[in-house]
Amino acid sequence: MFAFCIDPATLPQWQWFACYLTTPTHFAFYRSFLMVLLLLAITAPVALGMGLLGAMAVRSRIWPVSWLGKGYVNIVRGVPDIVFFMFVPIALGQGIEWVWHHIQCPDWDQPIRQGNDFIVCREAKIPGVNAPAWVRDVYAFGMAVIAFALVFGAFAANTLYGAMQAIPKAQIETAEAYGMTPAQTFRRIIMPQMWVYALPGLSNIWQILIKATPLLFLLGLQDAVYWARELGGQKTSLYTYPHPDWRVWYFLVLLCFYLFLTWISERSFARLNARLSRGQATAAGERMRKAAAA
Amino acid sequence: MRTCAESFNAYILRALGRDYGERLLPRNLDITFCDQVFLIGSGLIWTLYFAALAIFIGFFLAVAVAVAKFSENPWLSRPASTFIFVFRGSPLFIQFFFFYSAFVLLPRTGIEVPLGFTTLTVNTSALTTAQVGGLFVLVLNTTAYSAELFVGALRSIPKGDLEAADAYGLSGFTKFRRVVFPSMLRLAWPSYTNEAIFLTHSTTLVFLSAFPARQQSGEAFYYARYFVDQTFNPFVGYPIVAAYFILLTLAIIGLFGIANRRLNRHLPKAARQRLTFRPRYLR
Repeated sequence: MFAFCIDPATLPQWQWFACYLTTPTHFAFYRSFLMVLLLLAITAPVALGMGLLGAMAVRSRIWPVSWLGKGYVNIVRGVPDIVFFMFVPIALGQGIEWVWHHIQCPDWDQPIRQGNDFIVCREAKIPGVNAPAWVRDVYAFGMAVIAFALVFGAFAANTLYGAMQAIPKAQIETAEAYGMTPAQTFRRIIMPQMWVYALPGLSNIWQILIKATPLLFLLGLQDAVYWARELGGQKTSLYTYPHPDWRVWYFLVLLCFYLFLTWISERSFARLNARLSRGQATAAGERMRKAAAA
Repeated sequence: MRTCAESFNAYILRALGRDYGERLLPRNLDITFCDQVFLIGSGLIWTLYFAALAIFIGFFLAVAVAVAKFSENPWLSRPASTFIFVFRGSPLFIQFFFFYSAFVLLPRTGIEVPLGFTTLTVNTSALTTAQVGGLFVLVLNTTAYSAELFVGALRSIPKGDLEAADAYGLSGFTKFRRVVFPSMLRLAWPSYTNEAIFLTHSTTLVFLSAFPARQQSGEAFYYARYFVDQTFNPFVGYPIVAAYFILLTLAIIGLFGIANRRLNRHLPKAARQRLTFRPRYLR
């Protein structure tokens, strides 16, 4: 990075650190923090969408749909999330390859599961046999997003369902009296108002989602945990920058990063809550009305 | 191929170490369905060990931390708030890594703590094992989460209860033991049940992070993962471990429900809180 970094062994302390912290591997470490943020940015809306679908399914008057919704929400809650994070990417990957295999190679006569191997024909491999590394990374990342969305979708479904139930009954009856169909009532009365009831629950789920992101490491992605282990481990004098076991410092940085992330989101949610409470038939909304009137 | 009875004998206690049952875990094509059921089941020994001890020790620490955070003395409330913030604000997974890499740096021989009349030797090498070090992290973590719940309950103790205690001439520790503590426990109990469930679920992270599984003795999810790696078939091992955890969850709800009934027995029926499993906190 810097011009003086040619022979690090002879450098004074601060220059040594300046060079050490700007090696290409360190930039990969810094980029992995962006990956965490990217995962959050993609997963949160997808999970919210899943949650909305789930909550609507639970409320549905058609019983197979409502059973499906209830089953989804309850199974995800009773099982550790980590089981889903490990199960979904493998199961989904094998499922996609299985379907693709039947489309691509209909006259394949050997079984797909042979002992401990899962064998599909060459054309059905996903990502393809010659796929470049970045395609594989994007595929693995996409699988992780789906696994996260499934788990957090169930949590969000639970919260949103509670929020939909919390809307004062009188308002829904009024909507019916005005001759609105159930769909219209949902769109015009329930949807705009449920967020203020859902927000405390959703902010909790968001915090939980933040704290679940290091589990990406278990899916084999090169995330912040991976680089902290790689970079922090003891380096002998064979390396350009030899140092003892510094993992504890790297994990301290990660710890601070996450603390900052949860702290800042707690503050943002407090503000959003104040914004949404305006004009609502809740204690907080009432307090705001009185403060404005006084 | 083993029969079911053989794999029961070979693996039901295998999680305790290689001297209890078969030395080697089943491999590749030798894996039967019963092997998976019993070996994953034997992992529950450690799941229960971590969950029960962490909840038990964490409970007492959490009450202390909650009282400290609620106190008006800033010298008590500030450190307690910081402790809660650090452990609730960061992922448990990272906490495991951080503490493990810190424990590894401690001198192997142990640290001598002079207590004046005697010296206490802290066995530092034990801290790098999951059974001690991992439990240590879990205890700190559940302490922080439970303490936050207890602080919330302390805040919402009815004013009348406290005034009644004053009127009866109760003060200090007697007031805490007879009035504040039981009310706090009753109010916090439904959310504390959820915390217990999530702590049990998060024991799965112990062996996934830095802590090594010596002699391949791990908890239930460690074995489920081992089988999936061996067979490349996620549709057997993971559902088995999921089923075990659903049973554990139901058992916790049952046990905590009994305690809940006892805590609420003096209230009229309509005012009693029902226990519902609502996930609010997990790591």
